[in-house]
Amino acid sequence: MAVKAFDEMNSGTGGLVRAPYRGVADWLARTSPERVAATRHEVDLFYRRNGITFGAYGAVDGHETTIPFDIIPRVIAWDEWDFLHKGLVQRVKALNAFLADTYSTREICRAGVIPENQILMNAEFVAMAQGLALPGGIHAHIAGIDLVRVGEKDFYVLEDNVRTPSGVSYVLENREVMMRLAPELFSAMRVLPVANYSEELLATLRSVSFSDEAAPNVVLLTPGHFNSAYFEHAYLADEMGIELVEGSDLFVDEGRVYMRTPRGPQRVDVIYRRVDDAFLDPLEMRPDSFLGVAGLLGALRAGRVNIVNALGNGVADDKSTYTYVPEMIRFYLGEEPILSNVPTWRCDRPDDFKYVLEHLSELVVKEVHGSGGKGMLVGPTSSKAEIEAFAGFVRARPDNYIAQPTLALSTCPTFVAQGIAPRHVDLRPYVLSGRKTTIIPGGLTRVALKEGSLVVNSSQGGGTKDTWVLAPEAGAGG
Amino acid sequence: MLSSTAKNLYWMGRYLQRAKSTARLIEATQRMALQSRGEEAAGIAAIFGMEDEFRQVQQQGHRLASLIDFLVLDENNPSSIVSSVGAARSNAREERNNLTIDVWESLNGLWLELGARLRGDRAVLDRGALIELVMKQSVMIFGAAQVTLLRDEAYNFLQLGAFLERGDNTARILDVKFQLLCPGGDPNTSGLDYFAWAEMLACIGAVRTYRRIYRSALDPVKVAELMMLRRDVPRSVHHCLWMVDLNMRELAETYGARGEADRLAGELHARLRYARVEQIFQIGLHKFLGGVREDIATLSDEIGRQFLLD
Repeated sequence: MAVKAFDEMNSGTGGLVRAPYRGVADWLARTSPERVAATRHEVDLFYRRNGITFGAYGAVDGHETTIPFDIIPRVIAWDEWDFLHKGLVQRVKALNAFLADTYSTREICRAGVIPENQILMNAEFVAMAQGLALPGGIHAHIAGIDLVRVGEKDFYVLEDNVRTPSGVSYVLENREVMMRLAPELFSAMRVLPVANYSEELLATLRSVSFSDEAAPNVVLLTPGHFNSAYFEHAYLADEMGIELVEGSDLFVDEGRVYMRTPRGPQRVDVIYRRVDDAFLDPLEMRPDSFLGVAGLLGALRAGRVNIVNALGNGVADDKSTYTYVPEMIRFYLGEEPILSNVPTWRCDRPDDFKYVLEHLSELVVKEVHGSGGKGMLVGPTSSKAEIEAFAGFVRARPDNYIAQPTLALSTCPTFVAQGIAPRHVDLRPYVLSGRKTTIIPGGLTRVALKEGSLVVNSSQGGGTKDTWVLAPEAGAGG
Repeated sequence: MLSSTAKNLYWMGRYLQRAKSTARLIEATQRMALQSRGEEAAGIAAIFGMEDEFRQVQQQGHRLASLIDFLVLDENNPSSIVSSVGAARSNAREERNNLTIDVWESLNGLWLELGARLRGDRAVLDRGALIELVMKQSVMIFGAAQVTLLRDEAYNFLQLGAFLERGDNTARILDVKFQLLCPGGDPNTSGLDYFAWAEMLACIGAVRTYRRIYRSALDPVKVAELMMLRRDVPRSVHHCLWMVDLNMRELAETYGARGEADRLAGELHARLRYARVEQIFQIGLHKFLGGVREDIATLSDEIGRQFLLD
């Protein structure tokens, strides 16, 4: 690539190692290649035996593959994290306000900030969620905000995920593995812990129950073990000590939700669902769904059960609504956005459309509702033929695409076949919103293992790293 | 705990025990086949109630070897070792959060290892080593369950599945083999074939046990007594049904309720506990074991009904 990317370890002033990475650089220098190879082998065994699978759809050898883990941690200084933390809290607050507004009076449309069609014509808008008064007014209880870095001080929000963001189990497992493999590194650096995530998640889920019972019954609803993120569902349920249920474990009677147990039906108050909106209730959504529970939405409307995340959140996180988030922050909070959006062209605007088609070879073009790194074009790394083909898609449905400049995502040193080399990374922190807002330090660092690749999605061959936020003293002067 | 969890653990216990029993049965039969008449293949097919399937397989080549492949490796045979381990593993996978890492790792490890061997060249696949792997590793898995699992309702369901399966296996082996060796069911008609009776005991791993208990030559009535009625023999029908009853009682205590399954479990246990081997031979061994096996099947259905597993 033409632009030299910012390397989080080696782009210090004068080409020196940046302060937060000194411990890691020392460790790499001290540790023999044999020891490193042995360590990497150990990691692989650990992950295989524990059955950690992501199983990107379309994997050739069945649905069980493991996601590569890179043993060099990604380090974030305290002051960097402090800045991101404030920005994330602000952004998710605004997204929640927007969702509550979307499904009530839509003040933001009345004020002329967002056209009403942006909401009502959105394929993810769920009409039957209109008028629901949810506990605490919270819709996006668990949000995964994808961030990228391009320079010492420059972070951007790449996209918001407020439907059913996944990946947090890797944050927790990666840390476990890392502590086992390099305890000496932890004693040298003060790394903020992440293991309290499940406890915070459970507290968040309990805090949004309609019932005022002291210990509401919370369950995690999974589509089942053929789902690519099944491991994560089981893992989180286990960590929280709650039941992992499938649709067939639940039923609705007299407007209440119950789970089937050997001792008889037991009431359910909050459902942390990892099933998409369309499959939740065959009576009201897709009638062919076997993943949901008949009558569930009726129980939700009656205020007998809360569903987390709320229905219809897709309105807030598609890539065309994304362009309005800075305006949402100003409108609902009266504040200036702390975190910046990536400049975005919307192909449904004539000027933008023209610009995008003329500059395809420089831009990243994405489907408005796309996810998982599919249905996108990375101009600079695509062939002429690929660009031509993609131009055809954009012309056919301009409203389905947005475009952004190709960012030189920051890189981190990563183990690859040839040794240690810089690879592009992003960061997904997980923001929990209930009666209070909680973010565990760091989040999921995804790394594009292919040289030069900017696509970090695990379904496209990306890997992960442990993400270290350093405690205030240790990170000072970074 | 969910009903579906109970169901998965119950079936995990059954499938794992099935794989283990099949492995032991094949190992015993193979060893005996090397030193006797060569009717073993038909005998095993009968034990699995697969005479028809076996006839089909048989037409394709060597009898015992092809039968063994059918029972061990054939993924189209739902009761083969490979299928059983796969089924147990997928039950366990759905209940990962109700199992300890030790149980999961040992079961998943077996599944991965079987998969790796099956993907290799079948011509050089060492069947004996594979069967030994299954026997050893299933002992590890049950051992891990015993020393690491919380003693809660989930554990009771795992035990129920394993012991019902094991009890039924032993009853079936005894029933089928006895009929082959003593046509008409009269123990006195047997031509005291040492190898045949030793093989029967080996199927439940009890040759040495027999020596320790009876300190005498192999005798058909004593073999039958050991396999059915000895409470201290962990694979006897009595021992298994005792354990079933015990686990049912613990569940009844936990849930504060009893049903038809509890009654049946208690009745089956009592039947084996108070039976005398002479009386059984008066009634007819085949008739007695047939009744027990039928009631084990009914009990399994009742457990499903009572605990909403269906």
